Formats: sequence, structure tokens, C-alpha cells
Amino acid sequence: MSTLLILVVLVLVAIAVWQLTKIFELSQVKKVNTQIATDKDNKYNGYMLFAFLVFIYGITIFSFAKYAKFLLPTAGSEHGAEVDNLMLVSMIIIFIVQTITQALLYYFGYKYKGEKGKKALFYADNDRLEFIWTIIPVIVLAGLILWGLYTWTNIMDINDEDDPLIVELYAQQFNWTARYAGDDNVLGGANVRLIDIDRVNVMGLDEADSYAFDDVIVKELHLPVGRKVNFKMRSQDVLHSAYMPHFRAQMNCVPGMTTEFSFTPIYTTEEMRQNSDVVDKVKRTNIIRAEKSLRTGEVLDPWEFDYILLCNKICGRSHYNMQMKIIVETEEEYTKWISEQTTFAETVFKDDEQPTFNTVDDVSMTE
Amino acid sequence: MSSLTAQVDDHAHDEQEHHHHKDTFVTKYIFSQDHKMIAKQYLIIGVLVMGFIGIAMSLLMRMQLAWPGEAFLVFDTFLGKWAPDGIMDADVYLALVTMHGTIMVFFVLTAGLSGTFSNLLIPLQIGARDMASGFLNMVSFWLFFVASVIMIISLFVEAGPAAAGWTIYPPLSALPMAQPGSGLGMTLWLSSMAIFIASSLLGSLNYIVTVINLRTKGMSMTRLPLTIWAFFVTAIIGVISFPVLLSAALMLIMDRSFGTSFFLSDIFIQGEVLHYQGGSPVLYEHLFWFLGHPEVYIVLLPALGITSEVMSTNARKPIFGYRAMVASILAIAFLSTIVWGHHMFISGMNPFLGSVFTFTTLLIAIPSAVKAFNYITTLWKGNLQLNPAMLFSIGLVSTFITGGLTGIILGDSTLDINVHDTYFVVAHFHLVMGISALYGLFAGVYHWFPIMFEGKMLNKNMGYIHFWVTAICAYGVFFPMHFVGMAGVPRRYYQNTAFPMFDELADVQILMTVFALIAGAAQLVFVANFIYSIFYGKIGPQNPWSSNTLEWTTPQKHVHGNWPGAIPEVHRWAYDYSKVDGDGEYIIPDQDFVPQHIPLQQDEEELNH
Repeated sequence: MSTLLILVVLVLVAIAVWQLTKIFELSQVKKVNTQIATDKDNKYNGYMLFAFLVFIYGITIFSFAKYAKFLLPTAGSEHGAEVDNLMLVSMIIIFIVQTITQALLYYFGYKYKGEKGKKALFYADNDRLEFIWTIIPVIVLAGLILWGLYTWTNIMDINDEDDPLIVELYAQQFNWTARYAGDDNVLGGANVRLIDIDRVNVMGLDEADSYAFDDVIVKELHLPVGRKVNFKMRSQDVLHSAYMPHFRAQMNCVPGMTTEFSFTPIYTTEEMRQNSDVVDKVKRTNIIRAEKSLRTGEVLDPWEFDYILLCNKICGRSHYNMQMKIIVETEEEYTKWISEQTTFAETVFKDDEQPTFNTVDDVSMTE
Repeated sequence: MSSLTAQVDDHAHDEQEHHHHKDTFVTKYIFSQDHKMIAKQYLIIGVLVMGFIGIAMSLLMRMQLAWPGEAFLVFDTFLGKWAPDGIMDADVYLALVTMHGTIMVFFVLTAGLSGTFSNLLIPLQIGARDMASGFLNMVSFWLFFVASVIMIISLFVEAGPAAAGWTIYPPLSALPMAQPGSGLGMTLWLSSMAIFIASSLLGSLNYIVTVINLRTKGMSMTRLPLTIWAFFVTAIIGVISFPVLLSAALMLIMDRSFGTSFFLSDIFIQGEVLHYQGGSPVLYEHLFWFLGHPEVYIVLLPALGITSEVMSTNARKPIFGYRAMVASILAIAFLSTIVWGHHMFISGMNPFLGSVFTFTTLLIAIPSAVKAFNYITTLWKGNLQLNPAMLFSIGLVSTFITGGLTGIILGDSTLDINVHDTYFVVAHFHLVMGISALYGLFAGVYHWFPIMFEGKMLNKNMGYIHFWVTAICAYGVFFPMHFVGMAGVPRRYYQNTAFPMFDELADVQILMTVFALIAGAAQLVFVANFIYSIFYGKIGPQNPWSSNTLEWTTPQKHVHGNWPGAIPEVHRWAYDYSKVDGDGEYIIPDQDFVPQHIPLQQDEEELNH
């Protein structure tokens, strides 16, 4: 890769040198010192326009060849596949239009480069052409709009059908907390005004609300595969955004209100780790990490794929490191895990010594 | 009526002559009421000074992204205590993000671009002696200057400048305990922007009144050059949307300083519950983007207007579809005010609203597409004079298409879910409004430099170097960036090392940074060319680009009132390039253009307007 970089730089330097010599040459040959483009300028820059078209295609092909593997792996959620299909179709349309219009633009720039005495065509209007290139975008966009809106409406239709798991995502500078609704699958009432740090009521649950008693507060999100999850999002301080790229899911967390998003995970973490794209990515990444460890002396652990929740709305100093691990597992594994967690009642109403909280993930912020 | 106009003109001219002799250094160069001087003031303060700061900031950010956690002497030099041992601090990274965005969007591309070219070209191209109110015009510039000074001062306050992103969403921007930049830095940011908005409104009202009232005889609205149409409509959008930002800023100031709760509710921060109750950050987002989205077109439309003019002139062809171009400008302007919600699909607002905004947003692609196709057709069968201004115009159309197309992804609420606030967005808007608007700006500077600096011309070869290096690097930075975004990398991350899934993107980051640094260096070529040419530039012919518009009929040496004699009368539209008569001969023998002030020739048919 670094050789490639050097090559790119060399090409650029070469172009610069070429241009410089051209200037020198021009200033020598042409005694007429005009700052208006001459036929010679037109000719050289016309060729450059054509070369630039090749460059645009080149960087497109290069980027696809080198970087397409960076794209997110197959969607881990049910609606994700639909999003990806729409994305693919939109991208194909975009690339067709991009390829054609750039070709026309730069080819015309090259083909019709000016010459003294040449006559341009006085061509001021053509209603039919105008109509054609108004109506084609109208039709194409109408199709994309309808498809997009259909998908959007489905994704955003958050309802209680199919017995969804109710989970609250709670954001604060600079970490995430999740709250499960417990056996009753109803979240207890909560407000930041009820936060009582001394009693470890860090999410401001209403201690008088019996729905809250069985709520489970954790620092690592576990989801059973194949079951719909309805997320209720809250923030206690500034705006955050719960971004779960592998599930094609994102929603802002807004202080003062509850926002919602819903999806059904379809692959367990284990299954996703077996996905060939993911296997390759992990392999590549661990090579890079090993090299970096050697180079810097800082020991980087090998990486294992995990779903992740990132903060995607600027929220302050450690915005770049506000994350939570998501584990998708089988129903049995999930049931086992959740049964091992302490409930809110167990934590808060335990009058003796400082109650311990559920496992705190080591990735959460220190700053 | 005509004789009356002529009398008035002559009178005005006499008056100007008297003033001319009374000019002191202060009234000529500092508190000038002459639109040409004010245009140059905007160019130098808005574009050169603020542009230099804004671009330099972006290079510092790019270096941090490419080599996270590494020490650099430039960090140590420019960031001082915010770069201990030359390693950039996380807070100052966000401050750079914020100030880069603010300075580039508002100061360079709104005030710098519109301020320079609206001021310069509106009176000259419509045939007016000056702006409707020279005094308000002067006040507008000096308010802009004060806003710039305050914004720059904010860089030096102890806790650092504003750092909540250029959109300054509360509560982050409202609570000093949320981040250091939300203290005095944010107060100064808001004060600066309030003054900036006042400046922008005064300027815009002046442009609107001037275009409506002061057109010379014969200059009907349908004969206006497209530059003027663009500036005119831009000013209207500004007048409609900037006051809303002012109200948002005022409410934010009240929330910050007077304990109101417009945008804040239920906040627990740093161990205590705040008193705010009942406000909503989403309300702020609505108000902000009600300006914020039209703002994109406030930035872009003048650049497109400049491109229309430069491209037609240098293609030696009329702009294709003049009426469609005007209609597109109007359609874009109208639609731009009803699409703001596409910035907020996942803000928590009602998803049904998201549907509506998806619909309006994708509609705006239609007039944009019409414009792009019309530009391409304008080149077809032309006799292209590839001056630097022309190259920048072609470059603009190219980046406008590349960046505009990805807008179809982002404007679609479904697809936005996963690329929202990632580098995909950063790549999109930098191409479509950042780079495109800068290209338009450069095209304008190369094209109208002789008008601004009394006939002196910019060096074309340096112009060619400037364009080609910039063009290559712009794609080099922003094309790969789309892939970074689709890999899921969020924007405004100080570094991406906290996520192993982004480790393999480190090489791309370096590639983009290398391109960015080269592009930054290329701008120095422009600055050198600009400064050199002001003093030692070659004086060119009076109408170097053989252009039709009225500004090229003014004498090279600036005079108050623009024309020493009567204002020329206009007899045709601005695009009679290569027009031929029935025998295939040019209307004026041996000249492929017919300026607007030339009366219709015998048997000549007036076409297309």
C-alpha cells in the first residue's frame, strides 16, 4: 500500500513537472505574452481534460478494487437486506449516470477545444431535449422514492406485534447502558430527576414503579437471534446517536424524549464470525495489528469480530470512543445470560453494603 | 420615459464626478461606499484571509486522522497548549472541525463568494452606477468584518473556541460543563454569527432592491445574465432563511445565559440535575436546518451562476436553455426551503415527516439534473477557450455531478439510516457544495480579475497548475472517502483507533491526507499569482474574454458610477455568441460575439428571450 502511495505521489510530481516544462516551453516559443488562452493552451488543456476523464475512471476502478472489501459485511438484521438492495440499485443507477455524464463533459471539453477561426454552433434551446432530461430523472426518481418510502415505512413501523423484546439504550457522556424490561417485558418509568448515584440508581428509574423492579441494567447488549427487538432510546445529557452499522440501524438519543428503533437480528455473533467476508477482514486486520504492535511496541490484542454500537452524534471530548459491545446469541444462551443478571430491585433495595453492578465492559471510557 | 432615465443618469454621473475629487484614503480604501471596492474587501477578507484559516485547519485535521496520536511540529506551533508535546488534543480536534465548518460555510462561501461577486457584478452587469444604497453596503461589509474578527478572537480564548460542530446542536453547545468549547468560545461564536446574519441581511436586501430597481434601459428580467439571476435568487433565499437562524441563535443565547428552556429538558450532567424542563433539541434542529439547507444553495447558486456566464463566454456559445436555467434556479430556491428535514431523518422526529422530506428532497434532484445537462450541452459543438476560469467551470460541473449523485442516497430516508453522519456525508457535501462552490469562486476570480484590478490579468500558466493539481487532489481526497463512510466510520471522530474494525482503513486515511496536503500547497500557487498580479499583472485588453455583458464596456480605470458617460442601453440578451445571420455570417463581421449594448442589426431576429 505504501508503495502505491509513493507511486501516486510520483505521478502527481510527474504531472507537475510536465506542466512546468510546458509553461517554460510556452513562454520561450510564444513571444506574444498574453494571459488569454491561445490555440496551444486550448490544445494542451483539451488533452488534459481527456486525461482527466481517464483519471476519474481510474480512481473509480482503483477505489473499487482496493476499497470495496472495506464495506460493511452482509446485514445482520432482517430489514438490512432490503436496505442493502435499495442501496445497490441506487448505486448502480448513480454509477451509470456518473460514467455517462462525466464522459460527455470531458469528451466535449477535449473534442471542441478552441481553434482560431473555428465557428461554434449557435444552439440556444431545444424543448424536446429539455423535456427528455427532465422526464427521465422524474421517472427514475419516482421509482426510487416509492421504493425508499415503502421500505422506510416498514422499518419505522415500530409495534408490539410478534412479542418483541423491549430494551432501553441509555446514552451519557461517554458510555452506553442498556436496560432490559425483565420478566414483565415492560420498562419501569424513569426520569433523570430520579437519578440517585448513592443508591446506584444511575438511570433514574422510578423506585416506586413495580414495573421497574425486574428491569435489568447492563453494560453489554445481548440479543437473542431471530427475535424482534424494540429499542427505546434515552440520553441524560447531550445528543448522542445509537449507530449499529452491522444492523443498518441508527437513531438519535435526545435528552427530554424517548426515541425508538426496531430490528430483528438474524445472525448470531458466532455465525457472523464464520461469514467469509468477516473472516477475511479479521485476518487482514490482525496482520495490520500485529505489524503495528511490532512497529510501535504498544501491544494490540488480536481482534475478534463483534457487533458494535457506536455513538454517531458529536457529544464531546471522547465521542470517538463511546461504544458498547453487542452479542447476538441463541435463545437458550440469551435466557441463561439474562437469568444470571441482577435486577434493579436486587441492586437498589439491598440495604447492606455497596451493591455491585453487573459486569462492566472494559471498553467503556476512562476519560 | 427614456429621456427622463437618461437625464437622471447624467445627473447621477455629475454628482459622482464631484465626489470623486473628495476621496481620501479612508473613504476610498477603508470606509468605501463604492461597490467595486467593497467587492475587493470581501474578496480579501472573506476569501483570502478566512479561506486561508479555514483550509489550514482542515489540513491539521487531516494530519491527525492519517497519523493519529503522532507528534508534529505544526501542531505544536499552531495549537500550542492544545497540542502537548506536539500531539493534538481531542478537544481541539473538535474545535478545528467546528471552526473549519463555520469559517468555510459562512465566512468564505457565503460572505466571501456572494459578497465579492454580487457586489462586483450586480451593478456592472445590470448597468447601474452603484448599489441601491452604497451606505448600507458599506455597513454590511463592516459588520461582516466585525463578525470575522470576533470569530477569530474566539480561537484564542482560554477554554478554546466553539467545538460542538458547525451545527452547534444543543445541549452540547448550551452547557459549558458538557465541553470546554461551550463556554466563552460558544458565546463569541453566537455573537459573531448574530452580527454576521445582520450583515448578510443588509447585503441581501441591497442586492434584491438593486436588481429590481436599477436595471438599465432595455435590461428586462429575461435579458439578465444568469449570474445576476443566481445572485438575485440567492439573496432572496438568504432573506427568507437567515432570520430563522438568528431566532435559533437568540433562543440558544437565552438558554445559555438566562435560564430559559427552549431547547433543553431533563438533563443530568456532572453529577447534578439541571433545572431545564420542556424544551427540545429537535426544535433547534428544525430551526437550524431551516436555514442550514437553503444555506447550501446560498453557497452553490452563485457558483452555478458564475459558471453559466464563464462557460457560455468561453464556449463561444449561448448558454443552452436560458429559460430552463432560470426556471431551475427558481425551482431549486423554492424546494431548498422545504427539504431541511432530510438532515433529521433519524433525529427522533416523526417518521412520517421523514417520508415527506424524502419526497421533496429527491424532487430537487430534477432541476439540478437539468442544470447539469444544460452545461454539458453548452459545451457541445463549442469553440472552447480553455482559460483557467473555463477549466474551473468544467471542474465545477464535474464535482457537482459526482457529489450531487450521492445526494440521491442521502436524501432517501431508508438509505440515510446507515450512512447518516458518516464519512459518506462528508464526501458528499464537500464535493457538491465545498469543492464545487470553490471552483465557482476561482472561476469568478480568474474571469473578473481584470474588472477588479483595473485591467490587470492573472497569470494563466500558474492558473493551469492551480487548476490541475487542485482537480486531481479534490477527487483524490473525496472519492475514496465515500468508501470510508460506507465502511461505517462516523464523522467528527478524533481518531478511529478505538475500533479494530476500522484498522484497515488507516492506509486510505493517509492517501487522502497526502492528496489534501498537495491540494493545500496548490492554493499557495493561487495566492502567489493573486498577490503578484495585483501589483505586476499584465494589463490585458479591455474585453479580454470577448464577453457580451456590460461590465466589459466600462473603462479599465475605475471611476465612480462605473461609466464615464451615459449608462449603455441594452438591446439583447447576454448570450449572442457565434450568432449568425441567414447567410451563415456573424452578425458583426469577423467578431463572434454581439455585446448586449449593440442594437439589433438590420434583418436580425431577436431570439430566445
